[in-house]
Amino acid sequence: MTFELILFYLFGAILLGGALAMISVRNPVHAALFLVLCFVAAAAVWLLAEAEFLGIVLVLVYVGAVMVLFLFVVMMLDINLAKLREGFTEYLPVGIVVAVAMATVLVAVITRYITMDVPERAGPEYANTEALGAILYTEYVYPFEIAAVILLVAIIAAISLTMRKRPDNKSIDPGQQMAVSREGRVRMVSMASEKKKSPRRGAQGGDADGQQDDPSK
Amino acid sequence: MFDWMMNFYSSLPTVMQILIGIQLIVIPLMLAVAYTTFAERKVIGYAHVRVGPNRVGPRGWLQPIADALKLLTKEVILPTNANRFLFLSAPVLTIAPALAAWAVIPFFEGGALADVNAGLLYLLALTSLGVYGIIIAGWASNSKYALLGSLRSAAQLVSYEIAMGFALVGVLMAAGTLNVGGIIEAQSGSMYHWFLLPLLPLFFVYFISGIAETNRAPFDVAEGESEIVAGFHVEYSGMAFAVFFLAEYANMILISALTAILFLGGWLSPFQGILPQAAFDLPVIGALLDHGIHWFLFKTAVFLFAFLWFRATFPRYRYDQIMRLGWKVLIPVTILWLFVEGVLVAFNVGPWFA
Repeated sequence: MTFELILFYLFGAILLGGALAMISVRNPVHAALFLVLCFVAAAAVWLLAEAEFLGIVLVLVYVGAVMVLFLFVVMMLDINLAKLREGFTEYLPVGIVVAVAMATVLVAVITRYITMDVPERAGPEYANTEALGAILYTEYVYPFEIAAVILLVAIIAAISLTMRKRPDNKSIDPGQQMAVSREGRVRMVSMASEKKKSPRRGAQGGDADGQQDDPSK
Repeated sequence: MFDWMMNFYSSLPTVMQILIGIQLIVIPLMLAVAYTTFAERKVIGYAHVRVGPNRVGPRGWLQPIADALKLLTKEVILPTNANRFLFLSAPVLTIAPALAAWAVIPFFEGGALADVNAGLLYLLALTSLGVYGIIIAGWASNSKYALLGSLRSAAQLVSYEIAMGFALVGVLMAAGTLNVGGIIEAQSGSMYHWFLLPLLPLFFVYFISGIAETNRAPFDVAEGESEIVAGFHVEYSGMAFAVFFLAEYANMILISALTAILFLGGWLSPFQGILPQAAFDLPVIGALLDHGIHWFLFKTAVFLFAFLWFRATFPRYRYDQIMRLGWKVLIPVTILWLFVEGVLVAFNVGPWFA
């Protein structure tokens, strides 16, 4: 058993264990964290298969961005676990039927269509990122661009759905804040200096008291 | 002596070599982290026209050691009903990516622990993992303040990661490789071949996002010691609290090193191609003028000083202003400059894209 094989089984076991734990734990935050563990283990398996671009991008996009937002939502929601589990036994038979059907189809597809030998190891000169880029920007450039445009449409749709003007919003226009100048805020007054006089002791004239500095002036 | 050590090193099994390499990176890094805290207090002290720490050891030089001893002997308090496992693993999740990212950093020519093809992607992926420590720390503390603080902080990190990633795309376009060593090689020639000039806006975007990513002033709303009492790590004490700060300073050094590598040519000498060859043949000065780890460390130190300088100079951003700067200023700037850079690359504008 080579070191790579040991690593493969190790990460495979983590992946499967994490997936099982994800659907079985009660706390939704724990479930999301187990999903993160699954993604990391899957990325490691991809790295072992010399698909380093896919592995690293899985960590970068799904672990680093998507799951963070997912955790945000799960942590903020007030989830009533008892209500969620209501009627679990009622739906269980349907669920089992769907799961068995899915598993059968998956096994059938994998065993019938995907029969391949162990791929040969590419040398250290092989860069998966470069290979993917070369094929994506030549052969599949139109599907790739169309997918990008569809994503753009989705972004714009999401923004336009959530953007609304609220009249009670007290937000300040940053342009106005930037445009503030010294002249608009401070008025410099030029005036002649005046003789010091105290309104209370003014009648007594300039004695010792009047020469002390008055902080209120 | 040096030859003997090199021979001994290469005779060891690969696992031992890797372990020794890790020690050679992590131990100096941890020392650097300890003395960065000291440097920060001194620099800010002088910026405030006071002396800073000067009581422990000669001129205060043992202050970081004293701080570490103090934190080590303090109790780690577990809040009631906190999730024990997640609560204690959050500091580890914060510091692990900050240390693991150093694996692909080349300290001198060929001097990286792992010379991987997709080094830049690896760095992006690892720096994006740091946010988990913050989210888990906030949630596992079983405290509303910690949770709200972690949400603030995580939203900031996720926002600035996008601008940072776009800035790295610019570097990748200019270098034509994802290998970190290859990016440095692509900048060789002279000082003017560094990516600082052609990618000047991206350089600013990268460094500003780096400051925001490390939760440093003026973007330190996560901690904001004059407004709120810490954010996500409000429930942590003792060494568990210290590990968050070790991670913050390790990340600061990492961002400084990355800025030096990606835009200022890492270990490349600024005098290459400017001084005549005779200058590099001089006995001692020649070695100093030539490429080497000292230039990398010097450039990193300059950016690290900038971190401390900014903290002493700028007032803290308001939260909505942070979000506005990230999404509405930095990201459009990067997208615009990627377009400009694409035109420069397409028309082979020299000396960078020739």
